Amino acid sequence: MNCSNEAVELMHKYLDHDLTKEEEQKLRIHLEDCEACQKHFHELERTIKLIQNTEQIKAPADFKDNVMQNLPAEKKSVKYTRWFKAHPVLTAAAIFFIFMFSGMFSTWDQNGELVVSKQENLEIRGDTVIVPEGVTVDGDLVVKNGNLRIDGTVDGDVRLINGELIEEEDTIEGSGLMASAGEVNGDLQQVDQMFEWLWLHLKDLFKNIFSLGYIQLIG
Amino acid sequence: MDLITKEKIKQVKRGDQSAFADIVSFYQHKIYQHCYRMLGNRHEAEDIGQETFIRAYINIHSFDDKRKFSTWLYRIATNLTIDRIRKRKPDYYLDAEIRGTDGLNMYSQLATDSRLPEEEVQGMELQDYINQEIAGLPPKYRSVIILRYLEEFSLQEISDILDIPLGTVKTRIHRGREALRKKLRHV
Repeated sequence: MNCSNEAVELMHKYLDHDLTKEEEQKLRIHLEDCEACQKHFHELERTIKLIQNTEQIKAPADFKDNVMQNLPAEKKSVKYTRWFKAHPVLTAAAIFFIFMFSGMFSTWDQNGELVVSKQENLEIRGDTVIVPEGVTVDGDLVVKNGNLRIDGTVDGDVRLINGELIEEEDTIEGSGLMASAGEVNGDLQQVDQMFEWLWLHLKDLFKNIFSLGYIQLIG
Repeated sequence: MDLITKEKIKQVKRGDQSAFADIVSFYQHKIYQHCYRMLGNRHEAEDIGQETFIRAYINIHSFDDKRKFSTWLYRIATNLTIDRIRKRKPDYYLDAEIRGTDGLNMYSQLATDSRLPEEEVQGMELQDYINQEIAGLPPKYRSVIILRYLEEFSLQEISDILDIPLGTVKTRIHRGREALRKKLRHV
């Protein structure tokens, strides 16, 4: 066996765990006979041990911070997402209010048009809704963006939004007897302004939540 | 750790910087050490080590999840150190003291047969001497020796990191081992 080439080649293969059984046998037999190769082999093994035993080097303490400071800015959305994850209660509250207010504003926003709850026997003149005399309206009556005159009877609650309740009977007939105010067998609520609209919604909300069922007249 | 790393990388890909901080924490010492061994001084090691992580962050979308993250990271680090070694050659004077070392100059980085290793060892700590000899290897041998014996990668992983064939890795390791053997046999 040629010491300078073949044996050394086998040694390196051995160090890389690449030797076949026969090659290993071959190397072993050669090493037993050849002192020079034995020495070479030990030097190689010792070299590897020396390299492996060098101390571990640690990065400076501020290494990570320096890296983080030099990174390009992250997306805003991710920052918010992380904040939301860190504050679940606040996030839940925020979402709750967003839904509540957006719902309220969207209902308020259907402005301008006269809206009347679907009931029979109602008379509509221009922007005035009339409950004619001698007529009984069943159920709750809602009028939005219009005035309401009640000559007859409403068997339920009345809700008047963005309009006025015309109390006085001043028709052409002008008869005193006919001037008797209509009857509402329930509550009468009148809402004129956004603030009151808001208040009403909140009140409804709490009423639904707590099922207290208390009723208040606004107007 | 692999599973955690995978999850962190997913978060980083979504743009989450704080997840990247965890990755830096986990790999910083390994990468810094690798850069230090490749470059031979702390100042440049810190510089290139940080650059490695910044490059990794910027290019995280080009990282294939099926591959090993550490392999990918070492590849960036190794390429950056080799670039730095190439660039610094012209503007370093051979007799200028190397930053972060004690009285070493570029002459000591050159492989010469004129000086006797025994003389070198005198008055020098063994650790420093070994470090210096590793740093004195040509970069292509240095990188494989460091990856194999200091970071303990397999030959196949080294082939992936350096993007060179397995046979070339073996050849370089053999030559690197022989070169170090010649320098360290007198120790």
